[in-house]
Amino acid sequence: MSEKSLTIIATKGTLDWAYPPFILSSTAAALGYNVTMFFTFYGLQLLKKDLSLSVSPLGNPGMPMPMGMDKWFPVLGTAIPGMQAMMTGMMKNTIKTKGVASVAELRSLCLEADVKMIGCQMTIDLFDMKHEDLIDEIDLGGAATYFEHAGESDINLFI
Amino acid sequence: MSEFNQELDARGLNCPLPILRAKKTLNAMSAGEVLKIIATDPGSVKDFEAFATQTGNELMASSEDDGEFHFLLKKGD
Repeated sequence: MSEKSLTIIATKGTLDWAYPPFILSSTAAALGYNVTMFFTFYGLQLLKKDLSLSVSPLGNPGMPMPMGMDKWFPVLGTAIPGMQAMMTGMMKNTIKTKGVASVAELRSLCLEADVKMIGCQMTIDLFDMKHEDLIDEIDLGGAATYFEHAGESDINLFI
Repeated sequence: MSEFNQELDARGLNCPLPILRAKKTLNAMSAGEVLKIIATDPGSVKDFEAFATQTGNELMASSEDDGEFHFLLKKGD
């Protein structure tokens, strides 16, 4: 079977949005795809050694909340201090009880399956991020590096 | 169900973990050997069909028993 390839640009750094890129990459790798992930802007949060991702109900009417709060709780209420931490805690708890992998677990499964990860150098400079805060397995590069892979790839996704 | 060489308990695991664990287990097996997988994720029924089609491993059997899904995968060459 000829080898197919997939590239994903990961641009978001919240707990919920961390899932699609890592789920698709790890699954594609299991199906025999050659996978490259490019992390830019907030997506670079997903490459930190210490993953501390949050999810916020603020500005997210699609997020289910306990006791149907998403239907009646005032939108401004979701901006109350502590709300984000609370929702993140509840989401992490749900993830665990439903047998969904943690982001860290999916990321290590990707690395184990030789998924190539590239961090955007420009974002690192822009946000004054430290190389040592990011996992060691990544390469750094820019848009041209991404296209080197994307141009040869069967599927390219922007998440 | 027929004979198998190894068994993988993927009960309680959700997408994509059953597939990823199965792939990992198959990696350590030889061509022609059969892996039995038990899962509780209903999505795994379609997913194991798709996995087999795309990876050249044969899905010999797929059945449901009391909320549990049983699969037999024969490792391809």
